[in-house]
Formats: sequence, C-alpha cells, structure tokens
Amino acid sequence: MAASRGRTVGSLIWRCGSCCDNGNIVSSSLSSQVKVFSRQVSLSAAVHRKNLAAAGPEKFSEEFIKKQVEEFNIGKRHLANMMGEDVENFTQEDIDRSIAYLFPSSLFDKKARPLMKHPDEIFPRQRAVQWGADRRPFHFLFYTGKQSYYNLMHDTFARVLAAEKQQDRLRARSLLPEPSKKSSLGGSRWLFKEELEELLVETISDYDYQRFLQLVMRLQERGSSGEEDFLLSLRRRLEVQSSRQEVPPLQVDEQGHSYSTAEGRRKSATGSVVLTDRGSGDVIINGSLCHHYFTVLQDREQLMFPLVFTGVLGRFNVRCSVAGGGHSSQAGALRLALSRALLSFLSQGQVENMRQAGLLTPDPRVRERKKPGQEGARRKFTWNKR
Amino acid sequence: MALQRLSFRLRQTVTHARSLHGSGCGHQLEALAGEPEPQHEPLQVFRTQENDPACHSENHLGQYYTLPPDHPRTLFPHGLPPRFQLQTKTFTEGCVMVRQPALEVISHLRRADYSKPALRYVFYGVKGSGKTMSLCHAVHYCASQGWLVLHIPDAHRWVKNCKELLPSTYNSSRFDQPIQASNWLRNFRITNEHFLSKMTTRQRYVWTKRESTEEGRPLAELVDQGVTRVKSSSDVVGALMKELKLQTADPELQGLRVAVAVDGINALWGRTTLKKEDKSPVAAEELTLVHNLRKLVKNDWCGGAIITTLAQTGSLYTPSSAYLPYELLGEEGFNTMEPFVPVPVSDYSEKEFESCYLYYLNRNWLQHPHSRTEEGKKELIFLSNRNPSLLDRLCAFL
Repeated sequence: MAASRGRTVGSLIWRCGSCCDNGNIVSSSLSSQVKVFSRQVSLSAAVHRKNLAAAGPEKFSEEFIKKQVEEFNIGKRHLANMMGEDVENFTQEDIDRSIAYLFPSSLFDKKARPLMKHPDEIFPRQRAVQWGADRRPFHFLFYTGKQSYYNLMHDTFARVLAAEKQQDRLRARSLLPEPSKKSSLGGSRWLFKEELEELLVETISDYDYQRFLQLVMRLQERGSSGEEDFLLSLRRRLEVQSSRQEVPPLQVDEQGHSYSTAEGRRKSATGSVVLTDRGSGDVIINGSLCHHYFTVLQDREQLMFPLVFTGVLGRFNVRCSVAGGGHSSQAGALRLALSRALLSFLSQGQVENMRQAGLLTPDPRVRERKKPGQEGARRKFTWNKR
Repeated sequence: MALQRLSFRLRQTVTHARSLHGSGCGHQLEALAGEPEPQHEPLQVFRTQENDPACHSENHLGQYYTLPPDHPRTLFPHGLPPRFQLQTKTFTEGCVMVRQPALEVISHLRRADYSKPALRYVFYGVKGSGKTMSLCHAVHYCASQGWLVLHIPDAHRWVKNCKELLPSTYNSSRFDQPIQASNWLRNFRITNEHFLSKMTTRQRYVWTKRESTEEGRPLAELVDQGVTRVKSSSDVVGALMKELKLQTADPELQGLRVAVAVDGINALWGRTTLKKEDKSPVAAEELTLVHNLRKLVKNDWCGGAIITTLAQTGSLYTPSSAYLPYELLGEEGFNTMEPFVPVPVSDYSEKEFESCYLYYLNRNWLQHPHSRTEEGKKELIFLSNRNPSLLDRLCAFL
C-alpha cells in the first residue's frame, strides 16, 4: 500500500514537472519531432518497438499511456481515501480541491502548481503509425503530408456537392424550401486554427485554414438540413458574457428604500460602495463630501461616469469607503464598485451595455517590479561608452 | 393661483424660457411682476433691475444685480476677488448674486444702534462658498449709504511674501512693511476721496526730524504723506486708524459711519512666514500693520461696523479642511473677536444654482452643446456639488 502510494505521489510530481500545455505546444512539439511515433499496432511488437524506440524520442507509447491511466485511477482512489471522501464518486473538481489542500503553493503561475489530471488531458494526442508491416500507408492521402486535413476537405466538399445536387433537384420540381434563418448554428463560432489543429492532430498553415473556412461557410450557405450535425461538430458555443456577471443582491433598509453593496479594487486600493435608491444624488466618501475628498476633477468624473452612462444621475445616494493606493486608483476602485452595485438596479440589456463599455472589467494593471541591473522596471542605467 | 398660471403662460411664450425647479417658482413670481415688458427683450428671471443694495430684499434672493461700471474701479480697486475681476472684464459687466448671508448682514446694519460699540460680523464657510463676494456686497451697501469704507482686501498679504521688512521708527521692537502699506493707502484714497478732504486731524504727528503733520490738517494730506514717503507709510496707516476711531466718537460728526471690512481676518492671529535677519520667525504681533489693525478691530469704538471673513485659502499652517471660526482664528483670535455675529455662507442652493446656470448661458459662457441639456446640468451639479468657485472653474473650460 505504502509502496503504491509512494509511486502514485512520485508519478504525480513527475507528471507536474513534465506536463506541457495542451494547447499550443502540441503543434510545435509535433512539428519539431519526427512524424513517426512509437506506438505500435502490429503483432511483432517487441521487435519493432526496439527499432522505433531508437528512431525518435520515446516518451508516450501506447502502453505507457495505458499504464499512466491505470496509475491515475488508482491514485484517485487513494486520494479519496486519504481525504476521507467517497471513493466511487470522486470527481475532477474534488481532485483539484484535495491537491490544493495537500500541496499548498503560492506560485503565481497557475500552470506551475501541482496538478493531477487524467493523462489524456496532460499528454498530447498522438497519431498512430500510419503504415503497416509492409510499409505501405493506410490512408490514400498519406503522401499529401496533411492527410487528416485533406480528408476533411474532401469530405466537406462531397457534402457541398450533394447539397447542391439536392437543391437543383428541388428547384427543378419547384419545391425549393424558403430560406430560413440558421437558428441552430446561432450562438456559436467556427473553430479557431489552433482548435482545428488539435482536432486533426497535425499542423496546418494559415492559407489552409482560410480555405477550410471558405469551404465550410459555403456548406452552411447551402442550408441543407442534414449537414447541421456535421457543421456543429466544427463549431464552438459562444458563452453569453453578461450572464456571467455576479449581481449583488438587493436589500431593503428600515425606511423601505432599497440598497445594494459592492466592492471594487484597483492597483492597491480597495473601495466599497452602498447605493441607496430614492436619494438626492449625494456622494459621501469616507465621511467627507465628494469634492472635498477628490480635489482633482478627473477623479470626480471617474466616479460620475457609471451614473451618467446608465442615466441615473440624481437618483441614488452613494456612501463610499476607500483605503489604500493613491487618489487615481481610489477613484478607479470606487468606480468599479459603483458599477457593480448598480447592476442590481438595472435590466439585462443595460448590464450588457455596461460590460461592453468596460465598466465591469477590473483593471489588471499593477506596478511592474524593478529588475536588478536596471534602474526601474524598464528604464536601464545610462549607457556609458567606457 | 391665477398669477401663477399667467406667469407660467408668459414664460412659455417667450423664446429663451428655461424650465425652473418648482421650489424657485414662489420667489420668482414677485420679481416677474416687477419686470419690464417681456416683448422687448427675452425674459431674464435671474436678473433684477434693482441695483441699489439698500433696496435688496428677500424677493431678490438668487438674482443678479449689476454693479455700475465705475464702481469696481472706485469702490473696489483692490477688494474684488481676482477671478471675479477677470469675469467682469470678460462679460463687460459686473454682476453680483444676491444671497442670504449678505442680506442678513445688511439687515443687521440697517437696524443696528450706532451709539453702542461696533458690531462684528464674521462670514465663515467652506472654501469657495462666496464669503468674499458677500463681503463685497455688504461693502457696496455701506458705500451706497455714504459710509467711510476701510477695506482690507486680504490680510494674508500682510503676513507673507514681504520683500522688505524695516524696523519700525515708532517702536523699535516692531516691523514695518512699506510697500504693502503704501499700496493700501493709495487704494484707500481712491475709495474715500470725498471724505478725506472734509475730515481733519486731531493730533500732531511727527514723522521724521523735518516732516510732521500739524493738527487740523485734512486727512487727505496725511494719506498723501504716507503714499509719497514710503518709509513712514505703516505709521501713517496706524495714525489713520487712530484718527478714525477718534472721529467716530466725536459728537459733532454724528452722521459719520465707518465700515471696517477685512478679508481673511484669521491672518491677524495666525503665524507668519516672515523672518528676521537672524532667521527667527516674526510673530504677527510684531508687525505694525497687524498691530494697528488688531486695535481697530477691537470693539471699543462706536458709530460703525466691522465686517470680516475667514479665509483658509491664503492662510498659513492651517489644514485645508478647517473652516469653522474657532479652528481658523485660534484661541487667542477667538477670544479677541468675541462677541461677534457669525454668518455662515454655504454652497449654492438649488435656486441659486439655477440662477447661476442661466446667467452663464445668457452670457454664452457655456459653449459646449451638452452643457445646455438637462443631463449636462445634472453633471455640473454632481461635479461641482453646487460650490460656487468649483462651478466657475468648471464652466470656464466648457
């Protein structure tokens, strides 16, 4: 038990050290390595494995991956046992939570922290060996170099031709259906180039991607109902951004006026705002009036902007408290807090407008650290010739 | 009710009519009834034709009255705030708003008993709320009533930024400020020329071994002495103040009233930035001008009034959030000034803000098209919080 647990932990750490980003590095690692991989399909496994192991950098053979998967599953059960939770229904979220608890890390880069994920998510997808024992390739498009891509293009084109033929037949019989809105394809977008590469497990050029898009849009225009599943597989859902906003709850105070509270941060300043409805447009910050606290006009304008944008200038009473940072960052923090507090009084459309205006986005800029050998973050020391 | 409906219809027919707040309607009605016919010129509810401060009353609250063109030069050669002087030059007319604090002081001045010691009025309020303008309004009233006006535009100018500090000839422990004193005397002469020729000195003053002013000479000569002989100008100021105090007590000159108007009175009891030659700081007491002014401000004379304002703007070593009398005067100043009539000056009310906004529109000062809309007005209210000076600075670049 102890040995297996040690092995699990060891494999965890090994995996953390050698894990690579699933997205971009796939194509580069694939392009840098030889196209041939060491996963064997044929029967004389032992002989060929030795040969191919010598050919390229051996890391991810199929057996290896299977072993990793087994270890992962066992490790998952051990982890659930350790945490005292239900072994059978231990989800990936539970795993993440447990790992964060057992190996607390304060590293800023989330990808550098310890992680335990299914091997399919960590190791990049690879292609099997494309030819058989007689060294003849399986696929007829192998010698194009990008067999999956051209395969997809041929497939799509065949569908386009079929759809056009269908439309001609219908037009001949005057049974052409009304062009209806493609509602099933709304709310989604075409695959990006990186996603397409991931799907095909091979690299394509920008020109290839453009041709792919043109062909797929041509198929979409034909408007044939049978192709929708195929097209949907090549699209990704767009998340509705505004539905992800957290709207602070609306509370009611003793006099019956509704109010809401929200917080905001900018650089090192934090502010919190209490917006009371049916007020007279007063603004009080840390106990003093707005124009006494913020002497500079720009800060007052920053505070005014959310109210002017939503058109509620004289309606609310604003009580703010702010600490930290300088006057500009305090104004920015209060503006964000004010926008968030306003959300509970607004309709969905106005929330979307505010999001697009950038009022609900926290400003990520912080002070860049000073580097050694330089005078500041970017400024170098004066260059002397001698 | 009928009058309200009639005036409402009148307002609607006129071209430049603006929507007013409901609260302002009541006060505007009487003014509307007294306005000239609206057919000749657009109806200007923010102006009043009553240019005499003596006739200003509650009806004219929030309205602008015009200063006659020669008054700023003669009455207030140095008294008006610099920004207001610029505005007068730009708009080619000097318009002052009638506000509650000034009206209160004017009503006190009207009803005061001048056989008793002089009353002291102190305007206080946050920065930029209109204290100096209220003071100028009161001074205009005094001048229109034929009083002698002693207007010190900014007492802070006497306790800082002085290039020359001479040891006083009269009292060696004190210091003279020849430039400031002579400047002030010059302006004083412009304001009160007609008085100075009538009044005479009661005492003999010796300035140097060769120069002296005899008894019975007109005060104008005394003032000329101070203007020409710069070295003794501070002592001339002191002598002038003493003379005025004596003359108000004189039973022959019953009609004489003296108004002492000091802006920034808290300078007299504060610290100074002036230094002696051995780098030690000069206390306010050690300046001749300040010493004499303190004696004048003490209420041991009758037949006049002392109207003052507190100013944080020019004051030294006071926090910018201080505006109450006790904070700015300090303990010593407060005890000396007691008893006084405190008059608070606050930011514009809704009606006053409306009036100011209409005035700027009328003068085409608000060029930006958005500022003429309702939302623009709300933005102005938010940004300036109805503070007069903030509003003025804001509109300056719109």
